[in-house]
Amino acid sequence: MSRPDAIVIGGGLHGCSTALHLARRGVRALVLEKDHVGRHASGVNAGGVRQLGRHVAEIPLSVAAMVLWHRIAELVGDDCGFESHGQIKVAENEAELAAGRDRVAQLNALGFTHEEVVDEAELRRLVPAIADHCVGAVVSRGDGAALPYRTTLAFKRRAESLGARFVEGAAVSRVARAGGGWRVETAAGEAHEAPVLVNCAGAWADRVAAQLGEPAPLEPMALMLMITARMPPFVKPVVGATGRTLSFKQFANGTVLIGGGMRGRAWRDENRTELDFASLSINARTVWDLFPIMRGATIVRAWAGIEGRMPDDIPVIGPSATELGAFHAFGFSAHGFQLGPIVGRILADLIIDGRTDLPIEPFRIQRFRQMAEA
Amino acid sequence: MFQRLPNAAAERVPFTIDGRPAEAQAGDSVAAALLANGVQTCRATPVSGAPRAPYCMMGVCFDCLVTIDGVGNRQGCQVRLEPGMRVETQDGKREIGL
Amino acid sequence: MSATKDQYDLAVIGAGPAGLAAATLAAQRGLSTVLLDEQEAPGGQIYRAITRTPLRNPGVLGPDYWHGAELTGPFRDSGADHLPGTTVWSVSRDLEIGLSRQGAARILPVKHVILATGALERPFPIPGWTLPGVMGAGAAQILLKASGLVAQGNVVLAGSGPLLWLLAWQYLRAGARIDAILDTTPRENWRAALPQLGAFLRSDYVGKGVRLLFEVRRKVKVYSGVSELKALGDGRVQMVSFRQGDGEEWRLPADTLLLHQGVIPNINLANAIGCAQTWDETQRCWTPQVDAWGATTVPGVAVAGDGAGIGGALAAEHRGRLAALDALLRLGRIDRVERDRSAAPHRDALERAQQGRDFLDTLYSPAKPFRVPPDDTIVCRCEEVTAGQVREAVALGCSGPNQTKSFLRCGMGPCQGRLCGPTVTEVIAEARGVSPAEVGYYRLRPPVKPITLAELASLPKSEADVAAVLGRH
Repeated sequence: MSRPDAIVIGGGLHGCSTALHLARRGVRALVLEKDHVGRHASGVNAGGVRQLGRHVAEIPLSVAAMVLWHRIAELVGDDCGFESHGQIKVAENEAELAAGRDRVAQLNALGFTHEEVVDEAELRRLVPAIADHCVGAVVSRGDGAALPYRTTLAFKRRAESLGARFVEGAAVSRVARAGGGWRVETAAGEAHEAPVLVNCAGAWADRVAAQLGEPAPLEPMALMLMITARMPPFVKPVVGATGRTLSFKQFANGTVLIGGGMRGRAWRDENRTELDFASLSINARTVWDLFPIMRGATIVRAWAGIEGRMPDDIPVIGPSATELGAFHAFGFSAHGFQLGPIVGRILADLIIDGRTDLPIEPFRIQRFRQMAEA
Repeated sequence: MFQRLPNAAAERVPFTIDGRPAEAQAGDSVAAALLANGVQTCRATPVSGAPRAPYCMMGVCFDCLVTIDGVGNRQGCQVRLEPGMRVETQDGKREIGL
Repeated sequence: MSATKDQYDLAVIGAGPAGLAAATLAAQRGLSTVLLDEQEAPGGQIYRAITRTPLRNPGVLGPDYWHGAELTGPFRDSGADHLPGTTVWSVSRDLEIGLSRQGAARILPVKHVILATGALERPFPIPGWTLPGVMGAGAAQILLKASGLVAQGNVVLAGSGPLLWLLAWQYLRAGARIDAILDTTPRENWRAALPQLGAFLRSDYVGKGVRLLFEVRRKVKVYSGVSELKALGDGRVQMVSFRQGDGEEWRLPADTLLLHQGVIPNINLANAIGCAQTWDETQRCWTPQVDAWGATTVPGVAVAGDGAGIGGALAAEHRGRLAALDALLRLGRIDRVERDRSAAPHRDALERAQQGRDFLDTLYSPAKPFRVPPDDTIVCRCEEVTAGQVREAVALGCSGPNQTKSFLRCGMGPCQGRLCGPTVTEVIAEARGVSPAEVGYYRLRPPVKPITLAELASLPKSEADVAAVLGRH
């Protein structure tokens, strides 16, 4: 391959999606991945494809992404294991249900209709196994879940087939201006040049931003998940709770994934995470309370992926504020998977057209400089 | 099929296999007790339904999973047989964990 | 003997020769020591049921087995606490041990850990190895030691390595019948092992080994140079088929097929703790990286015995003592001079015990088709994934075991890769044309053995833990 048109740092879902959307428009990207594609949060997250409960700023992007998810095979040539059985946020008491009503009213006022409040009877119809004390829920029926590693690999394969190139085991050590474009050096001593630079480096993206002179107060974190032995099928939607942290999903093969933002410890320089069993125990207690059917379940494995979190819990998406020809998409703060298909398109639009039709103002990187100055 | 050596007898331990009365001896694991009783298969896999029986007898292969006193997915080779135990063979994911 | 203490200086995990010897020495020299073991009685697998075997005739298992009683007696009197029937599912970097016992889980803090997790039989993937009636030779030996049970009907042993012959010898001693031994040792291994023959001839192995082989060969039909081994049957094994070299296919009736292809270190716990591991090209397995005292790359965590590389039972006990002496040093109970002085006799004994080992490792190195099986062979027993599926995933861009695991669920079942890990590494390495060392191994995480949701939910936790978690929400 001759000189690429763009260098994408990071072979997670957002990097692969960016490479794919660029390739669809004839722009050849070189993706540099320090480990292997989908090694961290992109490959090992809970796979939730969720509009439900999102930060208001993210909703337009999430709704646009959902359209792509429902036709994901057209985009990447693989169904990514995507299934749409809805996502549900259970209310365990009237106060929680009232909060759900307020939230849905707020969304409706803004013109979004994907979330709805359901009563106890509808909750039990959707989730027959839910504990007796639950009084209702907020539901987003078009939501679902996919298989994260398979998804990320499918984006990579399709991007590759359209002309993108991937180099794995290429840790970026230095980013510098070269002529009108960029020179990116790897720890292995290789150097690549391209007119455009895209920072999709996930939990390591603040280091790339720093080389562009942009503060990005990213906190690496390790989100823990655990999975059970196979069980008889008893729940189809992805279930969360309102008053406590939970993400609960049964796969078609019967295994049950339990997550929901419980954090272990992360050492990003060593690619290492450590699980915190006291936290997982609280997670297990929540499952015990909400799903009596789970009381005989066996936990077979647990793990954590390294993810980058921003202080305001929404990502950075958009052009660099300091350098022309540089773009960011990182800091998805543990809810970036569903946005993957659309974020790549947004970046491709920004790079090729200089604009996007989706509202990305809230995600600009300048907000942290303003925060620092304030 | 396994048989007990004539000079290896120990105290008899009664238990049940899928509800049928059975007997093995003190010191047996649940998996050994099943083999001593001529049980050929202790479970059907949840993936394909293929029959499985104890393979490693030391807790690493998880092929001897059975339901013991109502608790599913227990490693038969790691549980000591106790008098009156209710041991049930497992059929795929239909019974697992419930 | 039950753990009443809230913490210990030293936890030893596994009560085989390495663990018994380590715990005994450490406790005798004043460390508060707990020995955690999954079995109900001490001995590990090699000395399984040593304190309670129902076999009345000591001649059946042989003198090497009964040597185990020399370890259990001193251990009992050492002052170490013994927690049998305990599953260790986690060890954190802070040396907090997550364990389950009698249906309850707890966290036990210690200051030093010696992993003595021993060995397991090398996966021996052949067509039909998941059929009921096919078992490890080690499994049959456990049934013999712990329960006095022997296979009946048509019994066929197949594979390679000392344990296969030892089991045959023990079966014959017990009066059990063996139809045939199918020896898969590649003929070319003899040539490769020749340079190490001298050391072997000077070792303790040679006398007993030759006698034992001779006795078995006199009484049992042995087929050598066996390839293309298959277990056949409907619902359970009924027949084995094989070839000798390029010869015609043989078929033998079999009610029980006992497989063995040597043993490899049981590395799951060390791996999950994050101890660096390396690929051992001679023994063709992953081994935790340890120094001469068994210390791993993780501070406070050592591995002793076969878990740190196969050396056999006698070597394991000396390695256990060396690891215990190093623990005494690291915990400030003795100085370096004292450690080295005390270690000297154990080092000498270890050297003697290891003599001749290279010859056995080379001679019994498994033939390639049994390490890198053909496409239709199941490699992951839990998720029923074949070697062919692994190769297809490599073609789709999966370059290592963690990717094929994410992609195929290969290695995702309850055994956590214990029965497929080495095979998957070698299949991927061959498909990519690179070394197993470059391909790597599964990244394992606790719990290294399944725990119930009930155990996890009831784990004692402080109000601060709860507040910290809920506060984040």
